[in-house]
Amino acid sequence: MSAETVAAEKKSLFTPFNIIAGIILIAGLVVTVMRFTGGLGAVTNLDQNNPWGIWIGFDLLCGVALAAGGYTTSAACYVFGLKKYHSAVRPAILTAFLGYALVVFALHYDVGRPWRLPYPIFVQQGTTSLLFEVGLCVFLYLTVLFIEFTPAMFEWLGMKKIRNVVVKLTLALTIMGVVLSTLHQSSLGALFTIAPSKLHPLWYSQYLPVFFFVSSICAGLSMVIFEGTLSHKPMHHLMDEEYLDNHDGLILGFGKAASLVLFGYFSIKVIGLAYDNNWHYLTTGYGAWFLVEMLGFVALPSFLYAIGVRDRSIPVIKWAAALTVLGIVVNRFNISLVAFNYQLPSAQRYFPSWGEITISLFVVTIGVLVFRFVSTRMPIFYEHPDYKGEH
Amino acid sequence: MLRRTFLGLLGAAGASVALPMSAKAGGKKFGPHPDTQGVLFDATRCIGCRQCEAACNEVNELPAPDKKFDDLSVLDTERRTDEKTYTIVNKYQTETGPVFRKSQCNHCLEPACASACFVKAFKKEPNGAVSYDASVCVGCRYCMVACPFSIPAYEYGEPLTPRVMKCTMCAPRLAEGKLPGCVERCPKEALTFGPRDELIKIARARINAFPGKYVDHVYGEHEMGGTSWMYISGQPFSEIGLREDLGTASAPELTAGALASVPIVVGLWPVLLGGIYAVSKRKDKIANDERVMAVKDALSKAADQAEKKLHEELSKAETASQRRIEVEVKKAVEEALSAKDEDAEKSEEEA
Repeated sequence: MSAETVAAEKKSLFTPFNIIAGIILIAGLVVTVMRFTGGLGAVTNLDQNNPWGIWIGFDLLCGVALAAGGYTTSAACYVFGLKKYHSAVRPAILTAFLGYALVVFALHYDVGRPWRLPYPIFVQQGTTSLLFEVGLCVFLYLTVLFIEFTPAMFEWLGMKKIRNVVVKLTLALTIMGVVLSTLHQSSLGALFTIAPSKLHPLWYSQYLPVFFFVSSICAGLSMVIFEGTLSHKPMHHLMDEEYLDNHDGLILGFGKAASLVLFGYFSIKVIGLAYDNNWHYLTTGYGAWFLVEMLGFVALPSFLYAIGVRDRSIPVIKWAAALTVLGIVVNRFNISLVAFNYQLPSAQRYFPSWGEITISLFVVTIGVLVFRFVSTRMPIFYEHPDYKGEH
Repeated sequence: MLRRTFLGLLGAAGASVALPMSAKAGGKKFGPHPDTQGVLFDATRCIGCRQCEAACNEVNELPAPDKKFDDLSVLDTERRTDEKTYTIVNKYQTETGPVFRKSQCNHCLEPACASACFVKAFKKEPNGAVSYDASVCVGCRYCMVACPFSIPAYEYGEPLTPRVMKCTMCAPRLAEGKLPGCVERCPKEALTFGPRDELIKIARARINAFPGKYVDHVYGEHEMGGTSWMYISGQPFSEIGLREDLGTASAPELTAGALASVPIVVGLWPVLLGGIYAVSKRKDKIANDERVMAVKDALSKAADQAEKKLHEELSKAETASQRRIEVEVKKAVEEALSAKDEDAEKSEEEA
């Protein structure tokens, strides 16, 4: 090995990205040790009034919503027959699978006795609980996503026979995925229907499950655009012509759909407001924040998407996607943290600790690293030469 | 075979989600168990002596408090139940002077915690107590989110075996025929233990006997579907830290709608999506067929034209060759004739 290649390898290992990722990983490991030796109290700001913090609000609620690209893309391609989006299915499935796997991983920090996470499914079923529904669906959907992901892995490993068997299951798996996603995306919202006295009326609604489901579609469509944009530069050399040729068409198509679904979401939110006759809250401080969420993170991106599609302007659509992704995070934070326990005096309200933020960053970093590892090795952004034009 | 088995398993899983839930989510009302017992707290009798707190601490063998139970200065700051204290007394300043109110688990008739728990760690017992089983608890703390009275507390300091802690209504003592610790110790009879419907009668009797002294309401009779632990007071309940905006719907009623939609989605979505798939597939097929037909059409038209052209060319060629033959014959005849003429001339010359 020449001196040049050694230098090149060294340089490639200590990129700014890798250094930051390394620091986050080390910090995460330190907090992990603290969490499992000192308890939740040692690393979080959770207390008796605020049992759920950002590990639920971000890692679980946002994680699941932003992983919705898996079911939206595969449904568009395989159920609705929009074959031109085919090249986006694999990245979306991989993102969704990693997203859900990380949700489950992050839950190990939040729940008191993580090794008992299978209990609700295998030991004693609390079927009256919406959390049971969430747990069962996430468990089943994670399995479905894994199976949907395996063809890429089998192609990489050269296991033709089993790969062909799994490919035949595609439609059944896609439909299962949509059913399970509908159920748990909506029941994450339904979790909060049990606490009308704790969630601010502007965010509390009997329609919370519907709001969560519809907004998860917005999140899924926007995440595919957003994530495609993020991976475009570092992964460009891996993308085949089909992916690159269809990329702009996909952005236009998904942008159009996202514009419509966001508009629909805005409408049903207004209907929810009218149904509970909560208009008078709009003049309060919470009302102002509610309007920021509704106008800035729902109406505005819907409008931007529409303009972007009309003018065929990819940059405008990409900005709309980023705004929608941020809007989903704002919405899930509002419901689980900002508007939750609104009745408490400000001294008793929750704000995340550094330990909690570190673990959330830790989880996201692991996701990015695994995504990079898998997509640089397996046929994700390109078709495997042995199976060109097959699926 | 793999596909069938897999689908079968998933179908079974879907059905198992759907069946028990639909039964629970039917919106049926269940009255309290006939033996349901409870406690009536009378805020006009409580003097804030904290003896109930001390008794609770003793009978439940809880850790020693930071300040002793006879130190009443703790009443100056509002407290809530936590993992070391199942009950607390708070002091509220009202128009008529300080009023004391005890707080603990209200042992709801249809408990939000039991409804929310995904491992059934909470259970409403026939005697009225809401029990907790730490041996299955995962520690998700959804019970704490769900409880409208913010009662369950969590052992945040326990790294590996944290429990949710709350008043047990002294279920072990009830089983021995004893009173709950706090009720037994109260020096002012601010606490009355008994069958729940009896307690409501006692509460009504007191309100009726002293109409000016009490607010005409038994708190907990209907709040959140009713509780085993109830309150009467001389001051509005919101002034002694009890929310009056909770409504009368029980926790299971609040989530019934969302749970009822599960079997509908499981049943309807595959049909709907299957239909959409069939339509899109059919659309593709029709489009494909049309394309094939168009190609065939074009091909046959082209073939027809080609044949016609060939025919024309052939007939043209035939006439051309005919003419050429005629010309050749003519030429031959002319040559023959001229040859004959020459012969004749030669013979004439010879002759």
